[in-house]
Amino acid sequence: MARAVTSRRKIINTVVAWGIGFLIFFPILWIVILSFKAEGDAIRTPIEVLTAPWTFENYSIVQARSNYSMHFFNSVVISFGSTILGLIIAVPAAWSMAFVPSRRTKDILMWMLSTKMLPAVGVLYPIYLMFIQLGLLDTRTGLMIVLMLINLPIIIWMLFTYFKEIPVDILEAARMDGASLREEILYVLTPMAIPGMASTVLLNVILAWNEAFWTLNLTAANAAPLTAFIASYSSPEGLFYAKLSAASVMAIAPILILGWFSQKQLVRGLTFGAVK
Amino acid sequence: MGQIQLHQVSKSFGATEVIPPLDLTIEDGEFVVFVGPSGCGKSTLLRLIAGLEDVSAGQVLIDGLDATKVAPAKRRLAMVFQSYALYPHMSVRKNIAFPLRMAKLDKADQEERIAKAAAVLNLTDYLDRRPGQLSGGQRQRVAIGRAIVREPAAFLFDEPLSNLDAALRVGMRLEISELHKRLKTTMIYVTHDQVEAMTMADKIVVLNSGMIEQVGSPLELYLRPRNTFVAGFIGSPMMNLIDGPEAEKLGAATIGVRPEHIDISKTEGIWTGTVGVSEHLGSDTFFHVLTDAAPEPLTVRAAGEMALDYGARVHLTPRPAQVHRFDANGLRIE
Amino acid sequence: MATAHSRSAARIMMAPAVFVLLVWMLVPLSMTLFFSFKKFLPLRGDSIGRGLDWVGFANYARFISSSSFWPSVVTTLLIVGGVLVITVALGILLGILLDQPMWGQGVVRILVIAPFFVMPTVSALVWKNLFMDPVNGFLAHVWRAFGATPVEWLSQASLPSIVLIVSWEWLPFATLILLTAIQSLDSEQLEAAEMDGASSPARFFYIVLPHLARAITIVILIQTIFLLSIFAEIFVTTGGAFGTKTLTYLIYQRVLESQNVGLGSAGGVYAIILANIVAIFLMRIVGKNLDA
Repeated sequence: MARAVTSRRKIINTVVAWGIGFLIFFPILWIVILSFKAEGDAIRTPIEVLTAPWTFENYSIVQARSNYSMHFFNSVVISFGSTILGLIIAVPAAWSMAFVPSRRTKDILMWMLSTKMLPAVGVLYPIYLMFIQLGLLDTRTGLMIVLMLINLPIIIWMLFTYFKEIPVDILEAARMDGASLREEILYVLTPMAIPGMASTVLLNVILAWNEAFWTLNLTAANAAPLTAFIASYSSPEGLFYAKLSAASVMAIAPILILGWFSQKQLVRGLTFGAVK
Repeated sequence: MGQIQLHQVSKSFGATEVIPPLDLTIEDGEFVVFVGPSGCGKSTLLRLIAGLEDVSAGQVLIDGLDATKVAPAKRRLAMVFQSYALYPHMSVRKNIAFPLRMAKLDKADQEERIAKAAAVLNLTDYLDRRPGQLSGGQRQRVAIGRAIVREPAAFLFDEPLSNLDAALRVGMRLEISELHKRLKTTMIYVTHDQVEAMTMADKIVVLNSGMIEQVGSPLELYLRPRNTFVAGFIGSPMMNLIDGPEAEKLGAATIGVRPEHIDISKTEGIWTGTVGVSEHLGSDTFFHVLTDAAPEPLTVRAAGEMALDYGARVHLTPRPAQVHRFDANGLRIE
Repeated sequence: MATAHSRSAARIMMAPAVFVLLVWMLVPLSMTLFFSFKKFLPLRGDSIGRGLDWVGFANYARFISSSSFWPSVVTTLLIVGGVLVITVALGILLGILLDQPMWGQGVVRILVIAPFFVMPTVSALVWKNLFMDPVNGFLAHVWRAFGATPVEWLSQASLPSIVLIVSWEWLPFATLILLTAIQSLDSEQLEAAEMDGASSPARFFYIVLPHLARAITIVILIQTIFLLSIFAEIFVTTGGAFGTKTLTYLIYQRVLESQNVGLGSAGGVYAIILANIVAIFLMRIVGKNLDA
């Protein structure tokens, strides 16, 4: 479709699109701006906010509060931990379904997906109860397990679609070349699947990082990740615009950056391969 | 050594029998081509030999030893896939080295074999490239290289040329034949292209719906097709098959005459008809002639260039010695 | 490539995944089902150890007849419906816009997608305080600049405010998927339509929109499943006050705040049934697309 587009139209497109993009992005931009302003300036009118002096003090204050780094650490451990845990279970399962499909493969995949559709609130109390019984309430391990379980269907599904794209021929060639099952997976499948696995990890870290039902309901002080930490700002006495902004920026920045890298995978991961 | 025998080998997927029990012997050093229309089971048969599929019943013997339950890797067979199946994350050198690495050969030995294979296949300059940077023909050669370094008992080729363009295909065809002459190793080659089968094979196995229709040398198949299926499948353009009164005159249900065995004349002949489309290849001219002998136009070959107008009246005469007769079951009548 | 050996290896490798998901699904589900037929008020001394009284369908009946039930259903539907309409309509427009030739397309895409990566508690808090606060919020300043009285968003217009926040979070998702679908449209189809004399609105209605139908359905179904269970946005902003109590939030309050587990579990079963109705349609589409 190589056709000359009038530059007039291109200019209009550009202006409109940038305008809308700016509008949608504005709340995030505003958080970033407020996070660099003094607390007293942050509640003034927008013009006054913009002209007020810039400062890093909010970041150092938030950073200095030891519990912030603890919550950040919790987020990292829980999101990566649950993803790695999920990967360990999902890789073999996805391998089997992609390369040794049986008549039941499709049903199993669909069933796995259906567990994802279960509304969390419907099973809140049983999980809560079990967590108390097992001493998992407000522990990172407990949260890691729950987030692994809610994301497992997506992990398996994504890996399945990536594995499916690897031609069976190549694995058979390896088998003909004398590779054992272990060597086949180690030397041929894994290197070829690494891009897909990386995208899967990325998307699931994002989903786990932002999960805000179980993290709010199953943690108190010790294991609370950033979602719960930020929610604690909702009480009025904890409300400081600039510090809230700084904390928010630190909570979302890592994921925002990871997210921008995973745009394409996002579509595949969240539509279960139904939109490509 | 590389003798392969199939004893009453059959394959079913669930309730559907893809290959009914069949026997076949492939002698050491032979170049055998499995040919047939798509879905005839030729690739399945190759995969049964390779061990990539389990046989449902029967035995696969390699050099007289039962290999039915042996893993593909242990059968001493090398395979070249239709898609080439190169490892995209490895260089050409690593691709070719892979089977040697799996066999735990020492480095020096590996290097020597790779160098030799690369020289034979003109790949020496490309050893450090990735498969993605190669042309179709080069990828094909890497796939063959990966197969030959192992010095296998037999090579299996699964439609290796079907992804190449026409000109390359002819070139690679010659190269593979050349390779066979040089290595003298058993080769089993699957294709749907009867030209490949005719030009390369020592022995052709014609398959249809999982059944062997005929086994024989290219010339045997050409001269004495066992049934109408083989008659129609081997030879290009296709043999003219005529049912009805013309066949009955010769005591057959169907008769077959190849285009090159019909003489065309403007003045006299047994069948008369009108010329339809003519195809001029320079070396030959093919005419499609609608006659009273058959409802479909007959294809006729004339050597060299010959000009006949569309709609011109012509007379055709089949050469009696080269008319094939088939009975009501489609079987050849001698 | 199916040999007996690889098949048995496959079965073993599937086992852990199937097992954990089976446990994860069946155990809590059957417990919820069990509690929903029991009187279970842990604060009044009920415990599993001492045995719970069987109350039949009383919890189900009470949950439905409670004065909060129907309003919560209406609230849920309004939020889900509102967000769907806004995100799908704007998503189509944005998708088409982003598909047009322009300068800095990649940057605009990044700007549009960004809200999806903001954790729900952050976006809820930021909207609530930094934007919708009636005294110091950004919108209040804007309103005052035009001489208007600032709106008390989360109490006076609570539902539209929540719809706005959630739409902001989900618009990127809809846009991204619809954009992907638009880009997958074969340009030769559009050129053929153009050669056939179709005007650009005709091309949109006869070629582009039908092509998008599937993607739109998927966006609707997936968003519905997620939107039915939005929690953090309400938890952080209104805590369910001012008519923003959704079904999910109502169940949450019954179970964890008033500790009426039996009643909450009955509500949970309703929520599961509701989600399943949506899920069945989604699974059909996904299943059709799966050539496993």
